[in-house]
Amino acid sequence: MGYEEYESIIGLEIHAQLQTKSKMFCRCSTQFGAGDNENTCPVCTGMPGALPVINKKAVEHSIRVGLALNCRINEKSIFARKNYFYPDLPKGYQISQYSEPLCEKGYVDIIINKEKKRIGITRAHMEEDAGKSLHYGEYTLINLNRSSVPLLEIVSEPDLRSPTEAAEYARAVRAILIYLGACDGNLEEGSMRCDCNVSVRRKGEAKFGTRTELKNINSFRFIEKAIDYEIQRQIDSIEAGKKIVQETRLYDSTKNQTFSMRSKEEAHDYRYFPDPDLLPLEAKRSWIESIRNELPELPEERKKRFQTQFALPEYDADILTREKGLADYYEVVQKESNDPKASSNWIMTELLRELKNSDKEISQSPINPKQLAELIRLINDKTISGKIAKDVFADMYRTGRGPSAIVKEKGVVQISDEVQIEKWVTQVIAGNPKQTEDYRGGRDKLFGFFVGQTMKLSGGQANPEAVNKILIKKLKGQA
Amino acid sequence: MKYLKKSILEVSRFIQSGEVRAADIVTESINQIEKHNRKLNAFVTLADDALKKAEEIDRKIKKKEKVGPLAGIPIGIKDMFCTQGMRTTACSNIFGEFKPTYSATVVERLDAAGAINMGKLNCDEFAMGSSNEHSRFGRVDNPWKTGYVPGGSSGGSAAAVASRMVLGATGTDTGGSIRQPAAFCGLVGIRPTYGRVSRYGIVAYASSLDQAGPFATTVKDCALMLQSISGFDEKDSTSSKEAVPSWAENINSNLKNTTIGMPKEYFSDELNPAIRKVVERAIYVLKGLGAKIKEVSLPSTKFAVPVYYLIATSEASSNLARYDGIRFGHRIQSKEIDDLYKKSRGEGFGSEVKRRIMLGTFALSSGYYDAYFKKAGQVRRMILNDFQKAFLQCDAIICPVTTTPAFKIGERIEDPVKMYYNDIFTTPVNLAGVPGISVPGGLTEDGLPVGVQLIANHFQEQTLFNIAQALEENLKIEKRMPDGI
Repeated sequence: MGYEEYESIIGLEIHAQLQTKSKMFCRCSTQFGAGDNENTCPVCTGMPGALPVINKKAVEHSIRVGLALNCRINEKSIFARKNYFYPDLPKGYQISQYSEPLCEKGYVDIIINKEKKRIGITRAHMEEDAGKSLHYGEYTLINLNRSSVPLLEIVSEPDLRSPTEAAEYARAVRAILIYLGACDGNLEEGSMRCDCNVSVRRKGEAKFGTRTELKNINSFRFIEKAIDYEIQRQIDSIEAGKKIVQETRLYDSTKNQTFSMRSKEEAHDYRYFPDPDLLPLEAKRSWIESIRNELPELPEERKKRFQTQFALPEYDADILTREKGLADYYEVVQKESNDPKASSNWIMTELLRELKNSDKEISQSPINPKQLAELIRLINDKTISGKIAKDVFADMYRTGRGPSAIVKEKGVVQISDEVQIEKWVTQVIAGNPKQTEDYRGGRDKLFGFFVGQTMKLSGGQANPEAVNKILIKKLKGQA
Repeated sequence: MKYLKKSILEVSRFIQSGEVRAADIVTESINQIEKHNRKLNAFVTLADDALKKAEEIDRKIKKKEKVGPLAGIPIGIKDMFCTQGMRTTACSNIFGEFKPTYSATVVERLDAAGAINMGKLNCDEFAMGSSNEHSRFGRVDNPWKTGYVPGGSSGGSAAAVASRMVLGATGTDTGGSIRQPAAFCGLVGIRPTYGRVSRYGIVAYASSLDQAGPFATTVKDCALMLQSISGFDEKDSTSSKEAVPSWAENINSNLKNTTIGMPKEYFSDELNPAIRKVVERAIYVLKGLGAKIKEVSLPSTKFAVPVYYLIATSEASSNLARYDGIRFGHRIQSKEIDDLYKKSRGEGFGSEVKRRIMLGTFALSSGYYDAYFKKAGQVRRMILNDFQKAFLQCDAIICPVTTTPAFKIGERIEDPVKMYYNDIFTTPVNLAGVPGISVPGGLTEDGLPVGVQLIANHFQEQTLFNIAQALEENLKIEKRMPDGI
């Protein structure tokens, strides 16, 4: 038996922190980085008699996300209490939505191996965050700044079949959240969190295997790695004749392992019941429709627009529109350079490669879009050659300086002066009699060699078109 | 005692006309507390700024500045209400010496109306009880008869007003905690429509049933107090935006066009004869005043007590989770968090509170939720429907408040279920969210007060005040104040 005989079943629970100024149930600020327990009040610290009041903006964001995820928005939804004791859960319960969530039955399309796959979304419900416990030796300190910060939990159907699909799905959801301005999508800072439900079964089996829930995953790379590890662990266990235990497992990224946090037997009975402090949440159809009408352009639409407006292939358009920041970047470069195709090429090849190598987001790019556009313009107006441009680009990426300054300083402006180029060509032909003879004897392939030698001699500054023209004239002319 | 045997309306006139100083009234209240509190144990925390506040009111009156309708009136606040900077405990050890940084909306509104808070009043721990025998500060005595309970849970509030330590007090009524002690102590006490009064800052027992309301010695005083605390509060999502009428000014005791329903289920053969006598006499008087009396049916009443004890305890089990020894209140230190919880809560809560937390936790548990909590919610709906049907035929319902007059201290404490069944006449009101008032109906042969309950449809408090006023004006009650006060 081998791994190939199994398939994995994955479902994701994405917790997105909604970008509101104030908390879910009180007026405290959600500002990150405030002093310990600075953003608190009787409500979010669970003081006696304090009562929650729903933040309308959080509901609006949730409806927006629900619509973008093609969900049904329920006109009536219920806030429930999820009861459990934890020191950073001040009320002893979390206000969440349980049996009647705000958003249900949606989907997101992802592209896997160039094919579209539709991933179902079971529900998206609103809830409040807990505080933070900080451990200092034998003491634990509680910071309630995060307590009652609004979250939207987006639960997928178990439609994902591989770690790659899971990561793709998470990226797609994140892109939508960011496009909507509903969440900043920062996994590292915890404003977006991802729990993965994973099980395996032998191919062809209809029933799902026992699942485990993976927590503590704070990057897309770790989504793939954690699920990958867990799939192998589960298959190994089954192969060894052991049963999978339904449990929650934590992912340790330094060890690249998952380990058991609590099993189902130890699991809490959350005793959900409708929160009597809050009336059912009513979202009028007219309100939902006005939110729908004001939805911004989403990744899927933008991709289609890029294909038609800029004549980009679907693949390029897809890559460029996945992240709002990248798509915005592209649009600036495109507009400033007036060359959609070159803009796409430079971003897709040079820029994304460099960003990946230096582990940076588009927002952290040392080259701003106007600089990149300027570089493209320098090529198009033949100030520099494409080859030189690559060096200039590397310099720009390293130093953050604009291309014109670099070109000027290095003196790498393209030389199109035919007299000068002819001098170089003559020198190259004179210096390579054997090759010249072979070429003239019919070895056409050697032409590239002459181009290379000429360019080298010019220090890369010669205009390649002019070099070609003069080389042909000189080589063929004397034949 | 000169002024405190009068009504709030009368004393108010004296204060506002400058005939008597608010400081003198407050001093009288302080003396009265000193005289009776040792025995009655109604106040558990005394305010230290009452006189200062009264003097401020006097200054304003002298300068002809505007003062609130309750200016200079000494009142007491049940210890379930948070009072900024003043110890608040719900009469539970779990609170330790907790001093809130905020006041309940009710407390703020009374303060804005000029009322002088004399201090915090005893009650059953977390308002769980009908006898005020479950308090960290000890039991409260009934001013009418030593050795008898004042009722509960707002026993301290009732005892303080009955003994004229103050002219009014706040209470909370989750299953009868205002109406039953009002009945036991010969006072007027109203539990308004759910949503009339903000619950913000009131220690939550059962959120869907809790409502605050006032105790006073007259119907008009009660109406006046309710007016000052009612109305929408943006801090309480369940508070109502319904307009608050001037009940006290609008009181009209003419009952010519009023139909009063008599629910047959509430007058069974098992009804205590002393209670029956008082309520039937009230009905007789109302009939004489021109009210139409009509028999109605509230068939689901028999389920009210079990439904109440399932819903109230379920909500309580969750509401009381925040008392965990982490952020405030009583804590038993431990290196293990679970141990800290167990010890802090084990020591902090009294036995009745623990019993209700256990009961509620069970009713919400997976596997039992449908059979208990959910079913209780469905029956609650039936109880509401009963009332809605009845109110198609009548403007208000008249019935007893309690199954018996005040009982002896210690008499029922050993039998919780029997104690719970005392709430049979009061809990339906809470479950339906309708308003109910208890007015003095008379005295038993032993000299213990008996109350009469009036119930109206949602937001029809005016109807209650009107009928209650008619009873106050026309019922011959030999004594309206206990002896020795």
